[in-house]
Amino acid sequence: MTQTRPLIVRGGRVIDPASGVDAVLDVRVVDGRVAELGAELSNGTAEVVDAAGLVVSPGFIDLHVHLREPGQEHKETIASGARAAARGGFTTICAMPNTLPAMDTPATIDAVVLRARDVDCRVLPIGAVTMGRQGQEMTELAALRDAGAVAVSDDGDAVADNAIARRAFEYLADLDLPLAEHCEDPAISQGGVMHDGAVSARLGLRGQPAAAELSIVQRDIALAEASGAQFHGCHISTRSALEAIAEARARGLHVTAEVTPHHLFLSHDIVAGEGEELLYDTNAKVNPPLRTDADIEACIEALAAGVVEAVATDHAPHAAVDKCCEFDRAAFGISGLESAWPVVNTLVSRGRLRLADAIARLTVGPVRTWSLDTGDRLGLGTLAVGAPADIALLATDAPVRIDPELWESKGKNTPLAGRELIGAVAATISQGRIVWDGREES
Amino acid sequence: MDTGARTPLVEPVVDWRHRHLLDVDVLSEAEIMRILSTADAMAEVLQRNVARTPALRGVTIFNLFYEASTRTRSSFELAGKILGADVINVSGSGSSVEKGESLVETLNTISAVGADAVVMRHHASGAPWLAARTIDGHIVNAGDGQHAHPTQALLDAYVLIKEFGDLTGRKVVIVGDILHSRVARSNLWSLTTLGAEVTLVAPRPLLPAALSNGASEREHPLALPSVRVESDLDRAIVGADAVMALRIQNERLRGNLLPSSAEYARRYQLTSERIADASPEAIVMHPGPMNEGVEIAVDVAHSPQSRIEAQVSAGLAVRMAVLFLLIRGGA
Repeated sequence: MTQTRPLIVRGGRVIDPASGVDAVLDVRVVDGRVAELGAELSNGTAEVVDAAGLVVSPGFIDLHVHLREPGQEHKETIASGARAAARGGFTTICAMPNTLPAMDTPATIDAVVLRARDVDCRVLPIGAVTMGRQGQEMTELAALRDAGAVAVSDDGDAVADNAIARRAFEYLADLDLPLAEHCEDPAISQGGVMHDGAVSARLGLRGQPAAAELSIVQRDIALAEASGAQFHGCHISTRSALEAIAEARARGLHVTAEVTPHHLFLSHDIVAGEGEELLYDTNAKVNPPLRTDADIEACIEALAAGVVEAVATDHAPHAAVDKCCEFDRAAFGISGLESAWPVVNTLVSRGRLRLADAIARLTVGPVRTWSLDTGDRLGLGTLAVGAPADIALLATDAPVRIDPELWESKGKNTPLAGRELIGAVAATISQGRIVWDGREES
Repeated sequence: MDTGARTPLVEPVVDWRHRHLLDVDVLSEAEIMRILSTADAMAEVLQRNVARTPALRGVTIFNLFYEASTRTRSSFELAGKILGADVINVSGSGSSVEKGESLVETLNTISAVGADAVVMRHHASGAPWLAARTIDGHIVNAGDGQHAHPTQALLDAYVLIKEFGDLTGRKVVIVGDILHSRVARSNLWSLTTLGAEVTLVAPRPLLPAALSNGASEREHPLALPSVRVESDLDRAIVGADAVMALRIQNERLRGNLLPSSAEYARRYQLTSERIADASPEAIVMHPGPMNEGVEIAVDVAHSPQSRIEAQVSAGLAVRMAVLFLLIRGGA
């Protein structure tokens, strides 16, 4: 990527939350890094990227994607997931280890890193906590870290066994690796397929109570406190869990969390749909499930207040056949990379989030959450001189109709299809290379 | 219900707006009463020496049953045959379903063969809604998962109206495994639509959390009808006009959801002592199949107050009415 032609991103409103910059500036990119910020920079030999009327943001960082490779390439590949990331404004994505086989050895991590070498964004691997994600036997956590894992997780399932969880936290304390937990106590959720509430009662679907999330969050806070290791709560979805996390953070514990765009925006109502006939919308089946309006409010408040510093998509692409079936049988998950910015920006347009905060939670927030700005990633999530030239050009006023058929992701599974939102990713630059340019479209 | 001489079977069905019967939640009071008065006409047919009518001649109905069923499947089959339809039974075992064919594929196959209507029972809540979106034929829900069982609710309403006439203000107690019961859910809709005062009785683990939680969930626009919920049957049964016991599955009584079958019976079995606290004219109902000695005492199940056999006979007439209205209704 060092051979790319120099670029000048001209005339955009640069918002770099890390430095507090919010001004119309040009950004010069040389050799894949930010070389200069200033007003009316000279062209030289650089290719000019016209950003007039657009917001120029650091490229987005997603702590939580499922790329399905190896093992389920019909749902997504590392390359197609990276193209989807680019189209969604993401320049760094962290790949969850629930592949087939699971990323539970240095060799499987290596394989993903190798296949991700020339794709359209930076892919950082997450290692499994237990072998095969079976929750029985710890992986070689230090070896996974040395192979490049930026966190460990059995996502899809919690590390349900208390003894394994205790030892994993203790061991991780010396490795400076966050344990990214899927906070669902299976003894409490008992196979629930949606949120346990008024809608599940109506639809006769097995419910997953909010207590299933709180149970693991509270246990992991206790273990993080006892061990000193970092507990990171993946896709936190309930008010009670967010309150527990806020309280733990206020006490100075190393506790972090992420929320997803769908939990910021959609309630369990959409499983039933809006018409007279019930929908049982399998595209709204996701784990953790879509919750109540009060939970949505809590997620937005936690994000605005900085209790949660990262928006992560939990991008979970599936084939059509995985969703075109009975609700009980349908796969969990929403394809999220290409709708994240429209959803978050729609909350900005409704006055629920400040624009700079929204951008921070997609850029420097996740970087700080997992301390990703080390080595050659110094400056990641910022537009500081010397930082990687990862840049997203954002339209903040453009109405868009979500149409997954236009997406790069193989996963067209989204309950947002057909929705009118506000905001689009106009172009994406990854390490100095233009990897997505949709400016003619908008 | 008008049980006069007029038979609607020779007249065209007009103003019936529903293409499917997925649940009773979308039916108005008038629509429920229309089904029940049509069932009355069907009951007349059943009284004839040769109980046959050609009302659905030339129509092909598939009974697609993914779960075992005796009374529902046989009464739908008989209903179709009495009305002159060709009825084909497909069950989960012994068909391509067993070979791993998906529900959508099975429906498409049935549709391609020429099903005008599909009567379907499925273990997954919502499966009939998927079917209604997948194929063109009429879909009749014969029970989906833990969600809905509309013809059971309609036949229960038929029995209750035969007994009491107008249901306005009548006290109906439904006791048992509400959480897992499609019968309870559908009855909630039809009974409240018909003006009855419904009380649900169950120990907390057998109630949907939303029914016992705070007001916000009970006032949710998608919520089940808000009715009285009680954990104490002795309190709930006082003055009841009808008491409906639900089947409780044995595997739920083994210390998992509840301590034991004896503990359940101690608190929730319909006994003659408990029935004595209900209204003197109270009737006892059960959708079947019964666990006699668990949710209902043997003597109560077979007492003069029991309408359990009447429920089974009403089922045939009501299912005939449903098939007739949907298929000849033109929607």
